Amino acid sequence: MTDTGNTSAVVAGPGALRRFGDMRHLGLLVALALLVLVGLVTRPDNFATASNLVSILSLAATIGVITVGATFVIIGGGIDLSVGAIMALASVWATTVATQEFGPFVMAVCAILVGTGAGLVNGLLIAYGRLVPFIATLAMLVAARGLAQRMSDRKTQLIQTGNSAIVELSTTRVLGIPLLVYIFALVVVLGWVLLNRTTFGRRTYAVGGNPEAARLAGIDVRRHTMLLYALSGLCCGIAAILIMARTTTGSSTHGDLYELDAIAAVIIGGTLLTGGRGTIIGSILGLLIFTLITNLFILNGLNTSDQLIAKGLIIVVAVLLQRRNLKERAP
Amino acid sequence: MLVMRGIVKQFPGVRALDGVDLDVQAGEVHCLLGQNGAGKSTLIKVLAGAHRPDEGTIELNGAHVSPASPVDAIRLGIATIYQELDLVEGLSVAENIFLGHEHARLGFTNRAAGNRAAHEVLARLGHPEIRPATEVGRLSPAAKQVVSMARALSHDARLIVMDEPSAALAHDEVANLFRIIRELTAQGVAVVYISHRLEEIREIGDRVTVLKDGRTVAVGLPARDTPTNKIVSLMTGRNVEYVFPPRAARPPGEEVLRVEDLTSPGAFAGVSFTVRAGEIVGLAGLVGSGRSEILEAVYGARDAAGHVVLGGEPLHPGGPLQAVRRGDLLGALRRGGVVRSVRRGMGLAPEERKAQALLLDQSVTANITLGNLPEFARLGWLDRGREKAEARRLVEALDIRPRDPERPVKTLSGGNQQKAVLARWLLGGRRLLLLDEPTRGVDVGARAELYAVIRGLADQGIGVLLVSSEVPEVLGLADRVLVLREGSVIHEGDAQDLDEHRVLDMIMDGRAA
Repeated sequence: MTDTGNTSAVVAGPGALRRFGDMRHLGLLVALALLVLVGLVTRPDNFATASNLVSILSLAATIGVITVGATFVIIGGGIDLSVGAIMALASVWATTVATQEFGPFVMAVCAILVGTGAGLVNGLLIAYGRLVPFIATLAMLVAARGLAQRMSDRKTQLIQTGNSAIVELSTTRVLGIPLLVYIFALVVVLGWVLLNRTTFGRRTYAVGGNPEAARLAGIDVRRHTMLLYALSGLCCGIAAILIMARTTTGSSTHGDLYELDAIAAVIIGGTLLTGGRGTIIGSILGLLIFTLITNLFILNGLNTSDQLIAKGLIIVVAVLLQRRNLKERAP
Repeated sequence: MLVMRGIVKQFPGVRALDGVDLDVQAGEVHCLLGQNGAGKSTLIKVLAGAHRPDEGTIELNGAHVSPASPVDAIRLGIATIYQELDLVEGLSVAENIFLGHEHARLGFTNRAAGNRAAHEVLARLGHPEIRPATEVGRLSPAAKQVVSMARALSHDARLIVMDEPSAALAHDEVANLFRIIRELTAQGVAVVYISHRLEEIREIGDRVTVLKDGRTVAVGLPARDTPTNKIVSLMTGRNVEYVFPPRAARPPGEEVLRVEDLTSPGAFAGVSFTVRAGEIVGLAGLVGSGRSEILEAVYGARDAAGHVVLGGEPLHPGGPLQAVRRGDLLGALRRGGVVRSVRRGMGLAPEERKAQALLLDQSVTANITLGNLPEFARLGWLDRGREKAEARRLVEALDIRPRDPERPVKTLSGGNQQKAVLARWLLGGRRLLLLDEPTRGVDVGARAELYAVIRGLADQGIGVLLVSSEVPEVLGLADRVLVLREGSVIHEGDAQDLDEHRVLDMIMDGRAA
């Protein structure tokens, strides 16, 4: 009853607008719509097909799960460079011969535990060891990939036929959409709820926006910082399951440069690198824009190098637009 | 040498300078005195080119000038050394001294020439032992001050403004600072010296100008011979009317806070006092007297030795490491510091409202409930309806305007922001509130409202510990007052037995009454 006045767009413009998400999302939606339009015009026969849409979503799912975790870390004022490496390590650990003996369920739990554990190490180093997040997670990036190479002897580890339940996450379809896309959607929804409806989310904004104020308000800033990196690690563990499903393998080369894609998606989505501000929805829209560009370049048979140049430009343009947006809303 | 006439500077809501005259001669140390809010800082900012005056004239060596920017002021030979030194810690001494006018050719710095020149300036200041190549971050506060002065000299400044240069210095370092000032004035440099410590002014100053409420009330008094009595009475008796709520009729309740022998080396020592339920205890003292540091230590935000007992229960100061050292292993596992203080019923409204208390982008609601989130949640799930209802109730109770709890807190005025910070600690059954400069940056009208809110809190049985640099505020609002000077309590007594004059005497001259 308290909100009825605000939600009705006719009565209260500003309230409804705020509710809609700061207008920033509107820009992202327009960009997304433009890309779809480009797809429809350049590839009328291939773009809007079910199989193409499914492949876009499957492609987005793995990095998407990582992006959710990265959004939390960045709103909390940190950065996690080790996401791709942690995912690779989790995928390798879950596909070793020893782990595979215990069946698909244990493999999945193993991936999640390894991811969360590595994230926890990041968090401990940063929150209690007072390492700068950039350095701590850079060290983890290098070390986790090294450990993954060591465990796998630099070989790609195939998922055994007995454990094909994992692979079925990508082959089984419900309503024409693979299960792993549902997992992605579930993680996004849970992430949104955690960020917007719980004390954990509220504290994340506080810790990133003004750590001193958060501390003096009685929030345990260090413990919260540690939990943020553990959460990011957990997301990497889930992403590891998805990549195993999609590629039927565990490998130390999985997720190369995923950290850059994840961070780029978060930034395009309007989250400030300085922390305290941002949304899950924005990050996911940013990621979809990125994935759509990849898809358009491939469909049109264009050079992958040009695709990288285009992505670089988009990051710059997105940040420039947001800065103008910020200035306009400053008092 | 410098003549300022009728300087007026208007800010939204306040007339910070309302006709100030200043007259500085070459080779003298001219002291600027005045209470907080008298306009000293604004005046030196006008001189440094950081503010442009709305009215008035500035003459330097007979010529009209109007410094439009700090760079402009430096070019005119006016250098300012601020209270917080503006040195780049990661650069060397020489690099700091010549920052902005490096010894360079075609963009390549000539390090050797820079170091040689820096050494010359430092030697001239009597500090040849400071090595030009040393990183500034490694220097002592006193040495940093010397570097700041060397920077001023490197610009060939003829007029150096020093804003409370002794606040961060130990006693023997002050003596050295004075020696440098004397050498400078012997070379014909004029110094404008701002300090609250009368004994320093007597020692180093030649003449004194006193400001009150943005006006000059005395020009060119002899620094050594003017009686303290006269100076203090010039500074007091402010025109601004403070409206304080009446004190509680009933006697204060039981003891809420007991502080025993609290000591933090370099900040304060041997501080003991109590706060009772329903009582407002004021700490009066200058910047650097340890008043804010005592609040931080009580709150658990600063390590200190001694005892802090809240409602009969000791809050051990220090973190888990100290607990382990004491052999208290169980204590090490308990949450220490601020988290514990807040859970036990303390709240702090810190000095820097924007930097230390508020999430500026967030709504008033989010700011109010930040200190008590668990109260609005079940298993971590926020009950946003209850949160909003409670915030709305407080917005109305404290009359926070505009009455829209969903508005970003940065769009509120200073007074209403401060009310939002107070509202945060009205939740969750607080027993003790620590208020550090609660009316800083708040206009006169809103102050009276804040005073009423603070008194209202005390009447509800909350103990309040108040720090303010404005003596009338402490005397008018508090029941009991502790007077601090250089980290020690030099007087404790009923607020009604003290007056502004006596307190200023104590904190400036060090004489316990």
